[in-house]
Amino acid sequence: MTVAKDESGQEGKHTGGKDDIPHGGADGYVPSQRRLERERHRRARARRATAIAALSTLVTGVVLYLIVVNAPGWPRTKETFFSGGYAREALPKVLEGLWLNVRLLLVCGAAVLVLGMLIAVARTLRGPVFFPLRVLAAAYTDFFRGLPLIINLMIVVLGVPALRLQGVTVDPVLLGGTALTLTYSAYVAEVFRAGIESVHPSQRAAARSLGLTNRQTLRHVVLPQAVRRQVPPLLNDLVSLQKDTGLVSIGGAVDAVRAADIIVGRSLNYTPYIVAGLVFVALTIPMTRFTDWVTARMDRQRAQGGSI
Amino acid sequence: MSDASATGGSPVLRMESVRKAFGGTVVLRDVDLEVAPHTVTALIGASGSGKSTLLRCANLLEDIDDGAIWLDGEEITDPRVDQDVVRRRVGVVFQAYNLFPHMTVLQNITLAPRRVHGVPRAEAEARARDLLERLGLGDRHDAYPDRLSGGQQQRVAIVRALAVRPRLLLLDEITAALDPELVGEVLAVVRDLKDDGMTMVLATHEMGFARDVADQVCFLDGGVVLERGTAEQVFGEPQQERTRRFLRRIVEAGRL
Repeated sequence: MTVAKDESGQEGKHTGGKDDIPHGGADGYVPSQRRLERERHRRARARRATAIAALSTLVTGVVLYLIVVNAPGWPRTKETFFSGGYAREALPKVLEGLWLNVRLLLVCGAAVLVLGMLIAVARTLRGPVFFPLRVLAAAYTDFFRGLPLIINLMIVVLGVPALRLQGVTVDPVLLGGTALTLTYSAYVAEVFRAGIESVHPSQRAAARSLGLTNRQTLRHVVLPQAVRRQVPPLLNDLVSLQKDTGLVSIGGAVDAVRAADIIVGRSLNYTPYIVAGLVFVALTIPMTRFTDWVTARMDRQRAQGGSI
Repeated sequence: MSDASATGGSPVLRMESVRKAFGGTVVLRDVDLEVAPHTVTALIGASGSGKSTLLRCANLLEDIDDGAIWLDGEEITDPRVDQDVVRRRVGVVFQAYNLFPHMTVLQNITLAPRRVHGVPRAEAEARARDLLERLGLGDRHDAYPDRLSGGQQQRVAIVRALAVRPRLLLLDEITAALDPELVGEVLAVVRDLKDDGMTMVLATHEMGFARDVADQVCFLDGGVVLERGTAEQVFGEPQQERTRRFLRRIVEAGRL
């Protein structure tokens, strides 16, 4: 058997060798027969895997389709949830509403990052002067992380206007944005704080031994490393915020969800909800992919460098 | 430095009856130490004998429980002393280098001169490049620490500590994390610093090096300096039984 292999190997080198030698560099390296054989085997295995995956996907898809289509209530469900006519009617309105969601995301996202960072830093401050600040920051995160967002929204969006305060806005968009910012700042503060605590004490010791003050150490050594490490979870929270901007509709602001709601209320057909849902998914997918990409890139860097 | 007479001057670092415990574990029981200007003091002793703790106390990275420490005649363990100001006068090089991974070599070195001492950027960088050149790292100033070998990282850490022109340099087992063939390049740097007259205290397991470079050798055991003297005295004719036993084990391990 080995003999046969060796012979075919000699042949392979002579015929196909010139064109497809991988890394046939300046050092005159010619891949051995052993390597070519291994690569052939791997290619064959990869082809087989692809074929199996495609077949399996096809079978699963067909089975799922048959189950749904043969369900007793399918014709009716199809009409109420997947009506092409209503979908066409709803899409422009929903997209118009989506613009509000996007604006909310941008403004609240920026506010959340700033506020979250301030709260996280407040919790790490030392010294008796900052005691009330530390307590406040801790109480804030405890409270708003525990409070369900929907209840927070109702209190702020419906409760604040009921107070009839002079000079305080009753705009559901502004109030809804405020409620979102309150809740998400608490989450993001915890993400930042975890990042700050993940920086090894030896980094702090090195900075302090160079004569840097506590504040300079935080500013130049701890925070830059903390923020870098927390980029993936931060992006994750932003994706979540993006989708939760849909909840401001409970105050009557016409966003994508509310736009769908209006049509549903009129037609008693639920297709607009499906449209709104798909639009949100379409909006979050790029963000999710971006998060994955950043995470993978950071993992790769860590694997290469070996962080201290 | 040429003024050998300064060797007899008032000590740069003086510790008296220093005690430090972590919880119930007493690491330093009663430590006295004097380090004269332009001399090298080597701290030797088994792992856990308190060498690193002693260095951390000398830099106020740890608060001591009792006793006192003077730096250039000023008591730095007085609670009214500004610890940040004290630390500016003492450089530290750590076993694990502790370089800042998010900064380039040059940024690592110029951080303290610029932020703490207010040196203008151009000046700080010029000095950093000069020091890097001297330590054979002239071409690495824009590299990030994780692109450097352990020996290179440790040499950068030494440059970083030197960049603030410290009065005293504390070296905490600076070769312990290095591959054997990289130890030499770091020790050569320490030898050069000694020739330049830098006052240093080093905790080390490199007995051959300690014997070579140290003016004073202190053997730590049980939280006290059990034996001290010149390298010839401590390595050549140790007076204490425990010192002899420690050195015998070192010899058996082939490290002396």
